[in-house]
Amino acid sequence: MSASTPTNAPAQVLRPDRKRNRLGYNILALVTAGLMAFPVYWLIVSSLRPNHEIRSYDQTLWPSSLTFDNFARAVKQDNFATAIQSSLIVSVTAVVGGMIIATLAALAIGRFRFFGRKALMMVMILVQMLPPTAMLIPIYLQLNALGGIDEYWGLIVVYLVSTLPFATIMIRGFVINIPVELEESAMVDGCTRMGAFRRVIFPLLAPGLAAASIFALVNAWNEYLFAYILINDNSKYTLNVWLMTFTTERGTDYGALMAASTLISIPVVIFFMIIQGKMATGLTSGAVKG
Amino acid sequence: MTAADTKAAGPPVPVPRVPEKTGISPSGQEADGPRPKKRRKKGELLPYFLILPAILAIAAVYVYPLIKTVIMSFQDLGRAALWGNGETPWVGFEQFTNILGDPDFWAVVGRTVVFMTICVVLTMGIGLLIALMMLKVSTWVRLVLTVALIAAWSMPLMVAASVFRWLSDSDYGLINTLLADLTGDEDRWLGHNWFLDPWQGFGIITLLVVWGAIPFVVITMYAALTQVPKELEEAASLDGATAFGVYRFVTWPVIKPVFTMVATLSVIWDFNVFGQIWLLRGNKPEPEYETLGLYSFSKAFESTSFSQGSAIALITVLMLSGVAVYYLRQLIKTGEVE
Repeated sequence: MSASTPTNAPAQVLRPDRKRNRLGYNILALVTAGLMAFPVYWLIVSSLRPNHEIRSYDQTLWPSSLTFDNFARAVKQDNFATAIQSSLIVSVTAVVGGMIIATLAALAIGRFRFFGRKALMMVMILVQMLPPTAMLIPIYLQLNALGGIDEYWGLIVVYLVSTLPFATIMIRGFVINIPVELEESAMVDGCTRMGAFRRVIFPLLAPGLAAASIFALVNAWNEYLFAYILINDNSKYTLNVWLMTFTTERGTDYGALMAASTLISIPVVIFFMIIQGKMATGLTSGAVKG
Repeated sequence: MTAADTKAAGPPVPVPRVPEKTGISPSGQEADGPRPKKRRKKGELLPYFLILPAILAIAAVYVYPLIKTVIMSFQDLGRAALWGNGETPWVGFEQFTNILGDPDFWAVVGRTVVFMTICVVLTMGIGLLIALMMLKVSTWVRLVLTVALIAAWSMPLMVAASVFRWLSDSDYGLINTLLADLTGDEDRWLGHNWFLDPWQGFGIITLLVVWGAIPFVVITMYAALTQVPKELEEAASLDGATAFGVYRFVTWPVIKPVFTMVATLSVIWDFNVFGQIWLLRGNKPEPEYETLGLYSFSKAFESTSFSQGSAIALITVLMLSGVAVYYLRQLIKTGEVE
């Protein structure tokens, strides 16, 4: 993504003192990068090192040998398969539903000027700032009354709606960047409004939709608080709640926990890397326009 | 709640709005402004049909619970009423007078505010410094740093909390090993329990919160910094401005709106920090680790006093509403809500 900001890398001849300065900054930046990435490094290294090194009073930064034992234990932990299944069912359903509703709302907000439009946007921004417990207590009680505890649908509804505000606002950003003229000329050429959407708008919107869905997916995948409170049946635990089963009264199996955590993070990291380019474009597009 | 949960407070949900915040310049928005007007006559009802599902969903999962929270905090929802037998008595402001008269509550409020302030100052300070540093480094170093930031950013909160719990483990944690090696004082550091003393415990929690929030701040601030016109900076330094002068009078005015926005969001997220504390304390935070969110949670779910929990949550919402309104006004000013 640095590549997308070429404006600040002008080829200039540096005077010697500026060169020395740059070396200093480079070293400082690399140290910062090391510190920021260290917990990630420690996660991966701990998941790969033999157990006797994990249960050692003398932790070493580099493992003496690598092993997949921790991964084997993590995968064999009870309910691993059902936890993957739960996480997939809940997050994918919530994201698909959320995206449909958010796209409709984003089209309305981005394309039409109607009474209550600003108010709707403000509500969407404000609800995201509510503290989680303010929602958790009434939602728990309501789902309890409706029999939605221990059911996927309760969690799906919560995740679906919690992705709505930011997904709507984000997709709207993409909608207003598509020229209305495109849609209008398609309609002049004989498309219905629906046809114009399907043939012209949707293809242009697709990258934006993909980015928004990945954000929503990552959020749903990472959520644990509602999952912990609303699902008590261990065969329906999502992956994040399942991670807690590595901690028992006898202590925590850190090797297996780190291995399981690595497994759970891999899809998130991959998805994050995919949308990062999109985000960087979003971030820098202001510069291009201005 | 996602916002909070994603990272800074979970994550909160911060992350996703990045493209929104800086992506669209106000001028671009104005250009788009007049367009929707043209269509007003064509579909008067269509937009309402389009937003109907969103409105219903938000009403069901955000607005209704919020109203319910308000109602419950004026009731006494005991066990009996909860399981469906018996009326729920109205108690007026009793819950609030109880809470506000409880010294525990004020201790929790103080702790939350101090913790939030420290986290926000550290996050914004370190974040801004790293962003400024990114302007000065070679391209490949910037790439390395960006990859490191994104790696940190993409860690799920649950996983990040597990890693920090492991790093600060009293028996086998790396922090203790390193401290023992560095100071040579093995008796002092080996087996040291960081969470016995809440100050030290909150130190580890702050580390986790700040580490998790920095990538968002750096990447957003860096994007803002690249919009500062190079010519202005050069002109200022040719006219004899010191490096600090250039920063103070040229760079800062340009990045200030973004900085304010990110700082405001950080205040909200760090005030609502829940997950980091909850997970580092093994799902059962001791009373001295409770911030407002956890205090409300434990009142509701541990002591099954849902009304007390709701009232505390409502007080939290009221405390934050000022900040939220300020944030909204900033957004309106920059044309984000157009």
